[in-house]
Amino acid sequence: MEFVKPELEYAELLPLLIVLGGACVGVAIEAFVPRGLRRLPQIVLSALVVVGALVATILVGTHLDEHTGAAGATGRGLVGAMGSIVVDGPTIYLWALILVFALGGVALFAEQRLEGGVSAFTGQAAALPGTEGEREASTRGLDHTEVYPLLLFAVGGMLMFPASGDLLTMFVALEILSLPLYLLCGLARRRRLLSQEAAMKYFLLGAFASGFFLYGAALVYGYAGSVTFAGINEAVRAGADNHVLLLAGIGLLAVGLLFKVGAAPFQAWTPDVYQGAPTAVTAFMAAGTKVAAFGALLRLMYVAFGGERWSWQPMLWVIAIASMVLGAVLAIVQSDVKRMLAYSSVAHTGFLLVGVLGVQSAGELADGQYTSLEGVLFYLTTYGFAMIGAFAIVTLVRDAGGEATAYDRWAGLGRTSPLVAGAFAFFLLSMAGIPLTAGFIGKWAVFTSAMSAGAWPVVLVAIGCSIVAITFYVRHIRLMFFTDPHPDGAGTVTRSSLLTSGTIVVCLVATLALGILPGPVLDLVTSAGDFIR
Amino acid sequence: MNALSALSLAATETHVPVVAPTDASGPFQLLWLIIALPLLGAAVLLLGGRRTDKWGHLLGTATSAASFVLSLVLFVNLLGRDEGERQISQHLYDWIQAGRLDVGLDLLYDPLSALFLLLITGVGSLIHVYSIGYMAHDPRRRRFFAYLNLFVAAMLMLILSENYVGLFLGWEGVGLASYLLIGFWQHKPSAAAAAKKAFVINRVGDMGLGLAIFLMFVTFGTTSFTGISELSGGATTTTLNWVGVLLLIGACGKSAQVPLQAWLLDAMEGPTPVSALIHAATMVTAGVYLVTRSNFIFELAPTAQTVVVIVATVTLLWGAIIGCAKDDIKKGLAGSTMSQIGYMMLGAGLGVAGYAFAIFHLLTHGFFKANMFLGAGSVMHAMDDDVDMRHYGALQKALPITFATFALGFLAIIGIPPFAGFWSKDKIIEVALTENPIVGICALLGAGITGFYMTRMMLMTFFTKKRWEKGVHPHESPLVMTIPLMVLAALSALGGLMLAGNWIVDWLSPVVGHAEHAEPPLPVIVLTVITIAVVLAGVGLAWFLVGQRDVPRTAPADVSFATRAARADLYGDAINDGLVVNPGKAGVRSLVAGDRTLVDGLFTGGATVLAGTGELLRRLQNGYVRSYALGILGGAVVLVLTLVAVNL
Repeated sequence: MEFVKPELEYAELLPLLIVLGGACVGVAIEAFVPRGLRRLPQIVLSALVVVGALVATILVGTHLDEHTGAAGATGRGLVGAMGSIVVDGPTIYLWALILVFALGGVALFAEQRLEGGVSAFTGQAAALPGTEGEREASTRGLDHTEVYPLLLFAVGGMLMFPASGDLLTMFVALEILSLPLYLLCGLARRRRLLSQEAAMKYFLLGAFASGFFLYGAALVYGYAGSVTFAGINEAVRAGADNHVLLLAGIGLLAVGLLFKVGAAPFQAWTPDVYQGAPTAVTAFMAAGTKVAAFGALLRLMYVAFGGERWSWQPMLWVIAIASMVLGAVLAIVQSDVKRMLAYSSVAHTGFLLVGVLGVQSAGELADGQYTSLEGVLFYLTTYGFAMIGAFAIVTLVRDAGGEATAYDRWAGLGRTSPLVAGAFAFFLLSMAGIPLTAGFIGKWAVFTSAMSAGAWPVVLVAIGCSIVAITFYVRHIRLMFFTDPHPDGAGTVTRSSLLTSGTIVVCLVATLALGILPGPVLDLVTSAGDFIR
Repeated sequence: MNALSALSLAATETHVPVVAPTDASGPFQLLWLIIALPLLGAAVLLLGGRRTDKWGHLLGTATSAASFVLSLVLFVNLLGRDEGERQISQHLYDWIQAGRLDVGLDLLYDPLSALFLLLITGVGSLIHVYSIGYMAHDPRRRRFFAYLNLFVAAMLMLILSENYVGLFLGWEGVGLASYLLIGFWQHKPSAAAAAKKAFVINRVGDMGLGLAIFLMFVTFGTTSFTGISELSGGATTTTLNWVGVLLLIGACGKSAQVPLQAWLLDAMEGPTPVSALIHAATMVTAGVYLVTRSNFIFELAPTAQTVVVIVATVTLLWGAIIGCAKDDIKKGLAGSTMSQIGYMMLGAGLGVAGYAFAIFHLLTHGFFKANMFLGAGSVMHAMDDDVDMRHYGALQKALPITFATFALGFLAIIGIPPFAGFWSKDKIIEVALTENPIVGICALLGAGITGFYMTRMMLMTFFTKKRWEKGVHPHESPLVMTIPLMVLAALSALGGLMLAGNWIVDWLSPVVGHAEHAEPPLPVIVLTVITIAVVLAGVGLAWFLVGQRDVPRTAPADVSFATRAARADLYGDAINDGLVVNPGKAGVRSLVAGDRTLVDGLFTGGATVLAGTGELLRRLQNGYVRSYALGILGGAVVLVLTLVAVNL
């Protein structure tokens, strides 16, 4: 066996290196800085790292060279790190998106004013709930500043996930992004048992799903004799023997990814985890994971299995329909804001999958139509901003027991705090896809793209589910504005620092701007081009 | 010069003067201010809120009075111009520009609108002054003045606009103001209902006007008076007849002509100054203005003109008959208003020979009817807001000024020389007899009935025996209310002077055209004598039936069919109910039923199914991680097996 010294394109991989390096520095800070002094350096470090990576991403994006792939397809980009990382237009766009959402995550993590001077994370994760240790941690005002390096590691995984050039890198990225999130989910300061249960469930089911992914990777390797997407693509187009191996491999790999995006029937964890996790984590996770996992799903399906499109598309039809129907119908019967948002995110996964089914190459489209990749990227943008904004508002509405997520606590909120309730209503309307909000343009883009690919039955179901979804969004708006406050005491809006309110305002402005003037971002999505092969 | 040549050219071809205004210059550039002042007043009073409570009524009166002064100045200026240069337009800005549609906010000031301006701002200002006293104890007086100002501004817009779209803006504006003011005492359900009724019936008329404007735009490609008056000769008679009939529908709604008359009597629920200003002197005459202004349509649309004459004749008798049976003083006056507008409409429908007299009667009616309405208000003021004439009687001593002014109005309306109404009504009857004897005789008959019901009202209110309610102590109204009465009474007496030397006919001829002199079937002096004799017969009958007997305090029930019909407004409401309201309600009921069972069934059924499915699915979400894992496993197995099975 001969070892080859790996060649790394440091310049192009800079964003990734900055984030992972920053995370390691964060761990070093945890090790060497006294407990009381860590918070500020960690926040500053995380923010700097994320902003630095964002700048690097933009620089890399503007300096991408032309690339001609093995199959003869050309595009701007580069297959780096010995074929394991692909930096192309979609990668750059997804990186930028993830980093923007990560910045929002950092801001929400750093918020201390809502809990009266401490963060939303537990002071001593190791202390059992209800014990002397926990009480002591809380009276001493302890804080887990490890959340910042954990966040950075998760961001690193998310960056790597959609940029992976082979199945193993993709699996490693999946684990890098998942493990910190499992931990973060269990660190809530309040309702710790619920939080720990959520973390446990997420971990067990995540590990289970990773198993499927790994098994699928093995089967596909058995079929193609290669783990790189280019190699698999070649084998698929050449039509190698043992088709069953390939089909089973595609199915199992898809299960792993569909679990991460929360598609039915692999969605069961979402409501429990979204509800149990600290809301700041939920906000970051809902936006970031979805973006990263959809990027990975698109790359895997389009690049590696593009030649097998006719095999896996019917599967995604069914999954998309199941996700939309299940998400929309179950969201109706929820009575908790976070669970409602979780189910709505399942429905959104369905809508995004509708986009995945769309036309893939710009050549088959008329002017003014968008390819499925463009549609999905735009939808992810709108969805992410609305989700972070909505969950950020959830952190504001509180009663004596912390965040008040039950519906009846939100009744009449529009009268006491019209601004906050109005902003929440706006995010909900955007998720519902009402015209003049970003969500409408996003839905329009994915639906038209799927329509021109002939997936009209799915689009019909999607439109039906959008209508069903409007009912629970609007019902919540009605609850906030037209229902009398609950007699046992309603939730009130707590004043937050600029960290949370700034995040909300940015999300609000982005949602509004993408709805009224989607042009620039749509141009950006279009100029991102296609995956390189 | 340009205007002059266009005028003579058009006259030789169509005999209808073309609207060819010159640009505003000198003092005429202030034209827009006439509208802007009351509008500003309304805005200040409505937006200023309670802060303006103390001086709101003064501001409202001041803006209206300022508009009057300005109108007077412009009128004097117009008098000084040559006949051919008395059409002045002012372009304010481009209002609507879309495709072929190009509507400017243009104003037109000509002899016709000049007279209207004086009437609206003059009578309007007097009524503002009167209202200061009449509404003194109303907590919402400021709002009342804001609405009055809004009305004046809208009415001026209607009169001054140079195109039909601007006219429509004013038309809707006065409709809104009328709605707000009829329902001003909104705590009374009857007032709210009356306001609604007026609004709904007016919508029917507005639809007619709207369709007429669309049709004119489609036909002529413009909505301006200038453009249409130039082009109307080129359109087919059928088109023009349709335009004319649609315009008439609009006029019927606003001017309470049969069949859209039912709202006017109910509109008396509004405060009395409102009845005087809007529902007697100005707004309800907008239909007459519309027909007169559209003379370039009607002159070329003989069928439409005939319809106008028929509607007018029916209405003038209809209103007069209703007026005979009403015990409510305001409703009696409202019936009379309806009838008098019928006379104006008749004049306008008779064409070039009648336009000038229609406008003349409109002006004199504005004086004497406003006078009598305000007089009725003064009586009500004295009688603790009782409107039932059966509770009045022998008030001439208690209310000397009101009595004297009301009497002048009375003499004017029944047409006793030399009071204003005589000159104007007599002319219309004369023209009607010349054009068509049957219509003329109906008009003559109407004059007799007018004599009857007005005398009845006069006797029941000011003469006969006291039938007052207990505890009522009539007292004369304050000066702020009686001075407008005196001014209007003087105008009622002297308004006929406008006919001196045929002035008003010559004044309006650049707008409405010059009539060839036609010989009436009988000498004019004979006709006049006959008219006065008919009127006196009506007066005598009333004196004999009402003045010589005791008036019962409650209306007797055992009356003839004719009286019952007249009391029920000649079954106007019943006809509306039978023809429109009930079929409409039935239609709506069936639609609602269909909506409930079919549409709602689908939706609520769908929602129930969804919620049920949701509940079922929620059971799967049991919180056990083992079930979730099982779900994932099951999903994965099904997925892979189907994938493989389908593709092999």
